[in-house]
Amino acid sequence: MTQLSSRHLTGIRGLKREDLELIFKTATEFKEVINRPIKKVPSLRDITIANLFFENSTRTRLSFELAEKRLSADIINFSTNGSSVKKGETLVDTVNNILAMKVDLVVMRHPHPGAHQFLANKVDTVIVNAGDGTHEHPTQALLDAFSMRERLGDLEGKKVAIIGDIRHSRVALSNILSLKLLGAEVRVCGPKTLIPKHINDLGVSVSHDLDETLMWCDVANMLRIQLERQDQGIVPYFPSLREYARQFGLNMERLNKLDRSITIMHPGPINRGVEITSEVADSEHSIILEQVENGVAIRMAVLYLLSANR
Amino acid sequence: MDSQVLIDNALFERVIDRLAHQLLEHHDFSQTDLIGLQPRGFILAERVKRRLQELIPSQAINCGALDVTFHRDDFRRREKPIAASSTHMSFLVENREIILIDDVLFTGRTIRAGLDALLAHGRPKTVQLLVLIDRRFQRELPIEPQFVGKSIDSLDMQYVQVDWGDQQSETRVLLHNHKPE
Repeated sequence: MTQLSSRHLTGIRGLKREDLELIFKTATEFKEVINRPIKKVPSLRDITIANLFFENSTRTRLSFELAEKRLSADIINFSTNGSSVKKGETLVDTVNNILAMKVDLVVMRHPHPGAHQFLANKVDTVIVNAGDGTHEHPTQALLDAFSMRERLGDLEGKKVAIIGDIRHSRVALSNILSLKLLGAEVRVCGPKTLIPKHINDLGVSVSHDLDETLMWCDVANMLRIQLERQDQGIVPYFPSLREYARQFGLNMERLNKLDRSITIMHPGPINRGVEITSEVADSEHSIILEQVENGVAIRMAVLYLLSANR
Repeated sequence: MDSQVLIDNALFERVIDRLAHQLLEHHDFSQTDLIGLQPRGFILAERVKRRLQELIPSQAINCGALDVTFHRDDFRRREKPIAASSTHMSFLVENREIILIDDVLFTGRTIRAGLDALLAHGRPKTVQLLVLIDRRFQRELPIEPQFVGKSIDSLDMQYVQVDWGDQQSETRVLLHNHKPE
């Protein structure tokens, strides 16, 4: 197989296992490319990509931008600050106007879940999801799975725990879907208020005990508490950050209690001292920086394979 | 007749032997490395290296594999993308004399992409080209090989296939009148 089964990357849902394998294989070659003295290949030199960020982002935007530049694509960047979106323009109009400037591919982050699927149905271009609200973040899930495979080999039967604010996390859903496709066992762990009801329907187990989860897993993927997404109603999701850190924060003491070494991941940005201590984040158990490096290779692979589909 | 044998197993061994000797006329391999274009050029490079190593056992010879997929000029002009192979070169090409190796030289476009891919790894002192089959008069770019296994005259629609033998089968080169499905 040399071609993705989907024209867009709106989410992990809809992809097949062979798609993931193709992306990983291509990313392996791109990882070699970005470690060369000259880190650029001319593959996408006749392609123009628009990066539309309707929501804040540092890592993902830089990673996509770097991936596009390494592939020699022309790029234009857009963020909601200072744009006509503030004047009331609709999403379809905004994108159609950008496409009228002869753009071939759109990378978009949007606060509304499903915005990409909506757009894919309305406009004639290739859409790559760089995060839609609390729904999906497919390239993050791909780079997470790619990094896990680098460390652990085949993920079939491996135990992966996703720990923290599952309810507000798009990384969690995409990760669950991709890990299940690759045959891993997945468990989510966090306070009851931050785990969605019926999440078992996705085929994952649920735990509210961090120590027990750490004993079980081969990989712990720590998620950030997304305060900006939590509606600050009368009743908060948990009493205080301090209490959260005591119950669900990963520290060296907890790791040292285990009888084996586990791999620690974090999609960033890290809230040091809340979900993970500095000591753990900077330890040899952590592959956080490998994740960032792999992010560029994975995004190059996705853009390369989707451009071929045009 | 749909296909003919251009090189059989016995001739193949003789051709590799000659190519190795021709290389040694010009290179002592203290400054020279072999680089095969993935996938089939690398197999040929390994065969050439094996023969060279028998002739000059005291000199270690580097042999790398270079993938040109991302440098091709026909990306998105084909119906399906080409799957990438891996590049592995455990040595630096900077200031070295490079022998670029591929199985069949036809339009010259793969070699063009190969040169581009090679230069991304540094600036070699010289680059020479070795091919097993040179399909003469079919070039679309000004690229010529220095070391040739066999030159043939062929038609556009014909197709050269190299079967790399193993323990069970023999190496041979076939010329088909049509590209096999």
